[in-house]
Amino acid sequence: MSKIKHFIQQSWLLIISAFFFGLLIAIANARWSPRIKQNRIDKLNRLTADLLPEARHFIDLETLDIEIEVESAKGKRKKIKVYKAVSGADECVGWSFNAAGSGFQDKIELVVAVDKDFQSIAGFDVLASNETPGFGDKIKLPNWRNQFAGAPVEGLKLVKTGDAKKIDSEIVAISGATVSSEAVVKIINNSITQIKKQMQKKGLIDNGK
Amino acid sequence: MANDPQAAAGLYKQTLLAGLWRENPVFRLLLGMCPTLAVTAAVKPALTMGLSVIFVLLCSNIVVSLMRNFLKPHLRILMFTLTIATFVTIADLFLKAFVPVMSERLGPYVPLIIVNCIIICRAEACASKNGLVVSVIDALGMGVGFTLTLCVLASIRELLSTGKIFEVPVMPDAFVPWAAMSMPVGAFITLGLLLGLVNTVCKRKS
Repeated sequence: MSKIKHFIQQSWLLIISAFFFGLLIAIANARWSPRIKQNRIDKLNRLTADLLPEARHFIDLETLDIEIEVESAKGKRKKIKVYKAVSGADECVGWSFNAAGSGFQDKIELVVAVDKDFQSIAGFDVLASNETPGFGDKIKLPNWRNQFAGAPVEGLKLVKTGDAKKIDSEIVAISGATVSSEAVVKIINNSITQIKKQMQKKGLIDNGK
Repeated sequence: MANDPQAAAGLYKQTLLAGLWRENPVFRLLLGMCPTLAVTAAVKPALTMGLSVIFVLLCSNIVVSLMRNFLKPHLRILMFTLTIATFVTIADLFLKAFVPVMSERLGPYVPLIIVNCIIICRAEACASKNGLVVSVIDALGMGVGFTLTLCVLASIRELLSTGKIFEVPVMPDAFVPWAAMSMPVGAFITLGLLLGLVNTVCKRKS
């Protein structure tokens, strides 16, 4: 009994303030989380519109009751958002999807756009990342990202040296940020083939060849 | 002392000026070096960081000053960290909701305010020993001092690395930007030169 009394005597302030502070954070979070979510959606739309300039609007495949799942490197299956990009003339001009995976120190979230036949990548952009400033965060820079625009969807490979201007499946790593560059290539490689297969199965795109 | 308004006013002024110059957190105490070096590549993120620090410092000083009589000595650091972490989380959420661009730019450095020495130093050295008014003035002095220092550093770096200040071009067209100034090396060099300058000025004065 005296032990409990001692414990309460020592820590009552801590317990009360932890409760109170928790409440404060909960209120702030409840107030602002819809706005934070909306900011993310706005950013996604802006980035995809940049990647697929011909697109006028995007159709979320979930609204058509089509579910696409991607298995991560660790074997976890996760539903993924895929959007059909439609031009002003109601023609499909491409697809975009969100992909995520582990980076150097935190999760990297990408938005990737591909052409309408899933043959070549239209480009990607970084939705969220916490890579090292000055090194890993160069994955956000257009001159590195441009290597992906036009590259084939299958078998991207990371190389240390090479011509970054040549558009092929070889991606030149950022010097000083091999792990981050590799992470991006892995995320794209992993998700793109799985999505392509499921989309072919569901008849959304041609079976190729 | 509280009975003597003149002495009290003098103390308040002293406290306020301490943070701005005599005990400036960056130049004189060398505290909070991590954000000083990391977010001063441009004025906008530096200003955002400075304002967030002022908010956290003010709130934590108020709370710590109010609970100073109930603090158990061996639990005080825990209480300080808990208080600081709460307000940093709120500041982080606020930035994410209302200035997402800056929030992304600052990245992990906003949550890192939790371990910013300036805030824990003021909680320990001032707020846990002084009344509410002195603590608030101390927080404002230190916070504004920190923000101004960051902005000075950031304007020098932004000017030399892009030719702009606050994203407004000010340099003549012939100016060749020094890319190195926007990188970590620029931060170290600028901080070192400014520290040397401040030390020289202080020696002259004394």
